[in-house]
Amino acid sequence: MKKNKWYNNQLFPWLLPIVIVILWQVLGQLNLIKSTMLPTPIEVVEAGIRLFQTGELQEHVYISTERAVIGFAIGGAVGFLLGLFNGTVLFFEKLTDTSIQMIRTIPHLALIPLVILWFGIGESAKIFLVAVGVMFPIYINTFSGIKNVDRKLIEMGKVYGMSKWQLFTNIILPGAMPNILVGIRYALGVTWISLIVAETIGADAGIGYMATTAREFMQMDIVVLTIVLYAILGKLSDFIAKVCERRFLKWNPAYRKH
Amino acid sequence: MFGIELKKVGKSFGDNEVLRDINVSIPKGSFTAIVGKSGCGKSTLLRVIAGLEDVTSGSLAYTDGEAKKSNIRIMFQDDRLIPWKSILKNVAIGGVDKKEAEEALEKVGLNGKKDAWPDELSGGQKQRVALARALASKPDVLLFDEPLGALDALTRMEMQHLIEELWQEQNFTSILVTHDVSEAVHLADRVIVLDEGGIQLDQEIDLQRPRERDERFTSYEKKILDKIVGG
Ligand SMILES: Nc1ncnc2c1ncn2[C@@H]1O[C@H](COP(=O)(O)OP(=O)(O)OP(=O)(O)O)[C@@H](O)[C@H]1O
Ligand SMILES: [Mg+2]
Repeated sequence: MKKNKWYNNQLFPWLLPIVIVILWQVLGQLNLIKSTMLPTPIEVVEAGIRLFQTGELQEHVYISTERAVIGFAIGGAVGFLLGLFNGTVLFFEKLTDTSIQMIRTIPHLALIPLVILWFGIGESAKIFLVAVGVMFPIYINTFSGIKNVDRKLIEMGKVYGMSKWQLFTNIILPGAMPNILVGIRYALGVTWISLIVAETIGADAGIGYMATTAREFMQMDIVVLTIVLYAILGKLSDFIAKVCERRFLKWNPAYRKH
Repeated sequence: MFGIELKKVGKSFGDNEVLRDINVSIPKGSFTAIVGKSGCGKSTLLRVIAGLEDVTSGSLAYTDGEAKKSNIRIMFQDDRLIPWKSILKNVAIGGVDKKEAEEALEKVGLNGKKDAWPDELSGGQKQRVALARALASKPDVLLFDEPLGALDALTRMEMQHLIEELWQEQNFTSILVTHDVSEAVHLADRVIVLDEGGIQLDQEIDLQRPRERDERFTSYEKKILDKIVGG
C-alpha cells in the first residue's frame, strides 16, 4: 500500500536540507570554508538573533512580505480576471490574447529601468514589478485551464439543465483549478525573484535593503542571513500553495492525503 | 411525457450529409431502439432530438403533451460524471435536490456510495450513477447513446433489466442507440435501422415482456441484422 511507504513520512522531505546544513557547519568549523567567504550556519543564526533582538529583522521581513502580498494580489487578480474573460468570452480572447502573448515575451525584470523612471525607487515600483511578473503565469494558466475543460462535461451540464452560472461554478472553474494552481505556484516563485531584484537595486527597507547594507559593511553573516530569509519565505509560500492544492484538488487521487 | 415527431429531417456538417429525409413519429411513453453501423448518424440523430444540434432541413416537433426541452435527458456512452463532485452531488445537479438524488441512487442500488468520489467506482457502477442522474430529474424523454457499450456482458444484462424496470415504472419516452441488436430487440417496442443517414427498416417488436430468447425473438434479431449487414 501507498500509505505505508516509509518515504511518505512528513519529515522525510526535510532530511536533505538538514544534512546539507550540518555538513556546512562542520566544513566551516574545520576551516575548510573560510568564515570571510561563507559564515557557518551557527554564525548566521546568531546574526539573526541579534537582529531579532533589535527588532530590525521583523521590520524588514514584514516590509518585504507586505510588498510580496500586495504585488501578488494585484497581479494575480488582474491575470485571473483576464484569463477568465478570455477563456469564456471569445470576443475578449480575439481582442486581447495575441497582445498579451506578445507582451509576455518581454522578461519583466527588463522593465526595471523604465519602472525606476516612472515610479522612482519607492514602494509602487516594487509592487508594480511583482504584479507584472505574477500576472502572466496566472493569466496563461487560468486561460488554458478554462480552455481545456472537458467539453463533454459542459455539454452534459447543459443537457442536465444547468444555468450558465451553474456551469461556471460547478464545471468550468473547478475544471480549470488544477491549472490555476500550477500558475499560482509558479507565480509565487516569480514574486520572490522580482522582489529580490527590485529590493537589491534600490530600497530603504526590506530584506534586500538589509543585504545591500550588510554587503557595504562586509557583514557576511547578515548577507547570508538575508539569502536564508528569502529561501524560508519562498518555501513558506510554496507550502501554502501546496495546502491549497490539497484543499481544492482533494477529489483527484493524486492529491488525496497519503 | 411527450412524443417526438421528425419530418423530413436532414442534417449536414459542411458538405457531409449525415442525416437525410428522416421521418419518424415516436409516441410518448414508447421505447424505440436505433441500430446501425458506426458513423451512420445515430448519435447525431439523438443530439438533434435533444436540441443540441439544429436540423439543416425538415422539422422536429415535440408532440402529445406539454413539451419542454428541459425535460429531455441523455445518458451518454461515457458516464460523464463530474470528477470533483461526490456521487450524491453528481446526481443532485440542475435543480434536483438531495432527497430526489438519494431516491434515484436507491433505485440503482448505489445509495451506499453516495459520499464516494467517481473515480472510486467501477465502470458499471459509474454508469448506474449516470442512470440515476438521468432519472432523478423525472425526465419526460430519456435518450440513451450506447450507455452500456463499455460494460461486460453480465453487467450489461443487469443494466438492461434495470432500464426496462425503471422505464415500465416511470413511463418516460425512451430512445436507445445501440450496436447490439439483441439488446435492441430485448428492450424496444420498435427498432429503427439507420444506414447512410436514412431509415432502412422500421420494425415493430411484438413480444411479451419480460422477453425470452425464443424463436420469434431470434427471427426479429435475424431480420434486423440482415438489414444492417445487407444494407
Ligand atoms: N460535430 C460534428 N462536426 C462534424 N462532423 C460530425 C460532427 N458530429 C458527427 N459528425 C459526423 O457525422 C457522422 C455520424 O456521426 P455519429 O456520431 O452520429 O455516428 P454514430 O452513428 O453515432 O457512430 P458510432 O456508432 O461510432 O457512435 C460521422 O461521419 C461524423 O464524422
Ligand atoms: Mg455514436
